[in-house]
Amino acid sequence: MAGKTLYDKLWEAHVVKQREDGTALIYIDRQLLHEVTSPQAFEGLRLAGRKPWRLDANIATPDHNVPTTNRSGPIEDEVSRIQVQTLDDNCDEFGILEFKMNDARQGIVHVMGPEQGATLPGMTIVCGDSHTATHGAFGALAHGIGTSEVEHVLATQCLIQKKMKSMLIKVDGELGAGVTAKDVVLAIIAKIGTAGGTGYAIEFGGSVMQSLSMEGRMTVCNMAIEGGARAGMVAVDDKTIEYFKGRPFSPKGEQWEQAVEYWRTLHSDADAQFDAVVELDGSQIKPQVSWGTSPEMVVAIDEALPDPAAESDPVKAEGMRRAYEYMGLKPGITMGDVVPDRVFIGSCTNSRIEDLRAAAEVAKGRKVSAKVKQAMVVPGSGLVKQQAEAEGLDKIFMEAGFEWREPGCSMCLAMNADRLGDGEHCASTSNRNFEGRQGYGGRTHLVSPAMAAAAAVAGRFVDVRELN
Amino acid sequence: MEKFTPFEGIVAPLDRANVDTDLIIPKQFLKSIKRTGFGPNLFDELRYLDEGQPGQDCSNRPLNPDFVLNKPRYKGASVLLARRNFGCGSSREHAPWALTDFGFRTVLAPSFADIFFNNSFKNGLLPIVLSEEVIDQLFKETQAAEGYRLTVDLASQQIIKPDGSTIAFEVDPFRKHCLLEGLDDIGLTLQDADAIQEYEAKRRQTAPWLFDAIK
Ligand code: SF4
Repeated sequence: MAGKTLYDKLWEAHVVKQREDGTALIYIDRQLLHEVTSPQAFEGLRLAGRKPWRLDANIATPDHNVPTTNRSGPIEDEVSRIQVQTLDDNCDEFGILEFKMNDARQGIVHVMGPEQGATLPGMTIVCGDSHTATHGAFGALAHGIGTSEVEHVLATQCLIQKKMKSMLIKVDGELGAGVTAKDVVLAIIAKIGTAGGTGYAIEFGGSVMQSLSMEGRMTVCNMAIEGGARAGMVAVDDKTIEYFKGRPFSPKGEQWEQAVEYWRTLHSDADAQFDAVVELDGSQIKPQVSWGTSPEMVVAIDEALPDPAAESDPVKAEGMRRAYEYMGLKPGITMGDVVPDRVFIGSCTNSRIEDLRAAAEVAKGRKVSAKVKQAMVVPGSGLVKQQAEAEGLDKIFMEAGFEWREPGCSMCLAMNADRLGDGEHCASTSNRNFEGRQGYGGRTHLVSPAMAAAAAVAGRFVDVRELN
Repeated sequence: MEKFTPFEGIVAPLDRANVDTDLIIPKQFLKSIKRTGFGPNLFDELRYLDEGQPGQDCSNRPLNPDFVLNKPRYKGASVLLARRNFGCGSSREHAPWALTDFGFRTVLAPSFADIFFNNSFKNGLLPIVLSEEVIDQLFKETQAAEGYRLTVDLASQQIIKPDGSTIAFEVDPFRKHCLLEGLDDIGLTLQDADAIQEYEAKRRQTAPWLFDAIK
């Protein structure tokens, strides 16, 4: 018999009941809650007179709507204020632990969870947010769910699921200098397409994944959904275990030993079979930039933008034409010809301390170009912000002309006041370049933190490796 | 949830691949704490010529005359004909809420994004996967004949065309059952409360650190 994949192991450990129709009741160890996808779920519980099944399996924080400027007063935008207030009220009413807006532990759910040890290896983790796969970086089964399922998990601690197919994406070789986890995942999406992972749980493996830090692994897993997969994961190794030492909700004492013993089993067996295998050579990956309105519309920084006329699939070609029109770009140019009006460093993809360090290294001793209207850095959580300030990164950014903000989702989806103007180009470390994502008419270019900082100081997209 | 009964409806063709959830319902409308009222903002950026704001009265906004749902011939459509990877992007359930609030009961496409697909069933919206060829043919027929309608019968898993010919489709038996009966998943799962408790008791033995860490 073939060995088990990591996904098999995680799945099997959580089956409460297998049903005849192929679905199973799966136990959920942790649910992360935020203000946008939870109000209707709490309302549903109330209307049905139901109580949460297990309070201590939930943890909440507001992130999507919170302002990233001064937070001493109430949120100015009334609709946002009501939504954040509703989360506070619901958590208070039901007794769920929440890090409220002015708590130092507040942050983007996907940054806060691991940072607190609320996310652990071997867990099933859900959140009403499609970037929940981020937590798979720790050898967990994590995926996004809709609001009905948020309510379902609150009420039953379970989900009705069908087992997904398994895919191994193996990135071998060694990354070149200046090439980061973000470039790896953009290159993966460019290769498999935005629907390439639909129906699959992806395991990211190979020497490149092993060499990445936990932050880097989170960046890769975070964007599994941009490749169509609800779940992305990486096997547990020493780095994973090291990461959880001393975190507030990590197991302690004897339980720690017991947990570590179990965590060490969380990898695919050598003879495990996957339904699909995709291989990439890490040494060939260059810094990536997205040019269009879908995360698969990506080029290497020195590559010419593709010509729709050369695309054999008519549906794809039409999508490319539409993207060129929306983005105001032409085939054949390179991204070096494009000036970013704004630069955004942040989001659950790239707002952790390592990301900020990488951006600061580029910004250090340089100035944001006069061509760039605004460059902002939004840390992923209050604790990341504190750490960055302790290292003096805030000073480096501010001296270079970047704005240093309070933590939240910010311009990743522009639900708060941070957004692009109509037609503006943005070098962004976020994960989605859909039309209007960062503001009505806004044009997003997805890049790594180092590449975003390089674009800010150069006043155009440049290869960070060539910045003198 | 209401029971999903057979129905006949006008078909609206949305000829574009990778329709993402930001396009279905832009983020500014996600600030609502309700489940209803998203219909007027469905496809907001495609449908109107200005930028929509939450809480705004949409009846006076300038419409984009080129957008399919603004064309008189598709008025009252309840079948959305779409291209591959429909519903990609975020997990927002506001996407199916907006589609159903507008009046759609089914979406036909060659493929759907997983989370959207799943969310649709929870909200009485039936996503139907058909081959690229069948979808292509339906686009042609819809565009050729004004008032083109299809009948969708979930119980027999059939789409009936105006000429009486049928297209069979697949659907997961459990989801089909829930839609047909208008069942609430939570109620069903709670029938297994004993099994859940039993699982927890066992898990507490083998992985005690998963319990009581967060207080
Ligand atoms: S940072 Fe962006 S992608 Fe991540 S949770 Fe927030 S809005 Fe979603």
